[in-house]
Amino acid sequence: MNHNHPVYTDNDPQSELVTLNLGPTHPATHGVFQNVLQLDGERIVSGVSTIGYIHRAFEKIAEHRPFYQITPLTDRLNYCSSPINNMGWHMTVEKLLNIQMPKRVDYLRVIIMELSRIADHIICNTIIGQDTGATTTFLYLFQFREHIYEIFEEVCGARLTTNIGRIGGFERDFNDIAFAKINKFLKEFPVALKEFENLLTRNRIFIDRTAGVAEVTKEAALEYSWTGPLLRAAGVDYDVRVADPYSSYQDFDFEIPVGTSGDIYDRYLVRDEEMWQSLRIIEQALLKLKTEEKGVFHADVPDFYLPPKQEVYNNMEALIYHFKIVMGEIDAPKAEVYHAVEGGNGELGFYLINDGGRTPYRLHFRRPSFINYQMFAPMSEGMLLSDAIINMSSMNIIAGELDA
Amino acid sequence: MEETTLNNDIHTKLTEKFGEKVTAVSEPYGLLTFVTYKDVIVNVLSHLKDELKFNFLTDITAVHYPGQDHGIAVVYHLNNMVERVRIRIKVFISEQNPTIPTATTVWKGANWMERETYDLFGVKFEGHPDLRRILNMDDLGVHPMLKQYPLEDPNRVDKKDEFFGR
Repeated sequence: MNHNHPVYTDNDPQSELVTLNLGPTHPATHGVFQNVLQLDGERIVSGVSTIGYIHRAFEKIAEHRPFYQITPLTDRLNYCSSPINNMGWHMTVEKLLNIQMPKRVDYLRVIIMELSRIADHIICNTIIGQDTGATTTFLYLFQFREHIYEIFEEVCGARLTTNIGRIGGFERDFNDIAFAKINKFLKEFPVALKEFENLLTRNRIFIDRTAGVAEVTKEAALEYSWTGPLLRAAGVDYDVRVADPYSSYQDFDFEIPVGTSGDIYDRYLVRDEEMWQSLRIIEQALLKLKTEEKGVFHADVPDFYLPPKQEVYNNMEALIYHFKIVMGEIDAPKAEVYHAVEGGNGELGFYLINDGGRTPYRLHFRRPSFINYQMFAPMSEGMLLSDAIINMSSMNIIAGELDA
Repeated sequence: MEETTLNNDIHTKLTEKFGEKVTAVSEPYGLLTFVTYKDVIVNVLSHLKDELKFNFLTDITAVHYPGQDHGIAVVYHLNNMVERVRIRIKVFISEQNPTIPTATTVWKGANWMERETYDLFGVKFEGHPDLRRILNMDDLGVHPMLKQYPLEDPNRVDKKDEFFGR
């Protein structure tokens, strides 16, 4: 028996501290992770976090899978915005293979990534609202996650764990129905988002519960390796899309909202403004698509991109490539590469080491939820329990990304 | 391959300060990578943080190379957000005695990253305030990411691997 357990309680029957198990299954924690808190009345004295309830050994599995079979694993990291994980993985492999993407593919990827960023921020902001008691906003805005799911379904066939795109681009072009749905979303979502803002942003009760709560200084946020909206709310303007542009983000004109105090209200406002900026990026992408050559939806990567089925049935070369790709017989160059994308929660990094075989030698996911969450227990010392709950929801910890 | 000027500057400054403790410098895909040793790693990290402005610790992880003399490589990724430069540091430690000083004195964010590396690879970080398993259960007994442990249970009789192309 391992005796290296943390001390959860002081085991003193005369103690006035209550040990509360904010257990792995709890309606207020959005995912399976546990916090054992010692409370003095309503105030948290200390807390110990336990995670790993949904650890699925992705990194070990990835050592035994050819590259295209790792995409479904990446889906299940941050499952609220799985296209971003998929695109990040494809871009990592494309970086490894030194493939240049056509601009049209980049712009289509940007549309999909920004839609999933909106989906992720919808969840986080509505959940902050719900945890303060405002359930209406959650119900009104979640309808638009349905619309985003329908757009994903039109492109790749799946709603949540999308496995969208391929190494080299997309599996099929966006059809007219997909563009119609995107345009409809761009018309209807701003109205609903404005409604959502009217209900929460200047709401006296919401501001009382979130402003000034869980403030984080820039230095503390950087010390703890925070990234994403949490870091930006604390005042550091670091966004991977601007710092290390990928997928032609440098062609787009958008702003990065930056907060001042890092409290929960700032995080809510940063995510809210990011949704508006994402809408702006999608509109620009649709305009840019009009100037690009139609019908281009993948780069020419015969070794990794499945050839069209008509060619497979008629053409010997396509048949051989198809066979080799599906049986995973194609070797990738021996190299190591680190690629980061801006996920919904921060910098999602992929560290891929390949030894010249058909599967990675080592694949490590730099998961923002995991790294952001380590500050939760130190931060909640001295906080009221209800504030700590909203702090947890505003950190947008997705259990899939926490444990991988 | 020629180093870019910025990476070259950093390389020069590091060799000035640490001399032969900085070896195997390469630049795969534009990311300056070098190998150093566990007796100087904390100094290297603090020097990079304080003097060369790499203020952000992106990640700590490990890689297992069985059969090699020092078979476990602990890999640090740092980021200089101001000048937009990344850097990768590797430290090779032996499998029989996988210890390395902790980086939590330099960045507090190294805490959980090192716990994850301990849990999956067995790397013991000396000086870590709370080194225990984080993702797996406490009594797992093995460090599963090491290459000697298979992915699936070899005693399973109901699933034939040869039909699954593995």
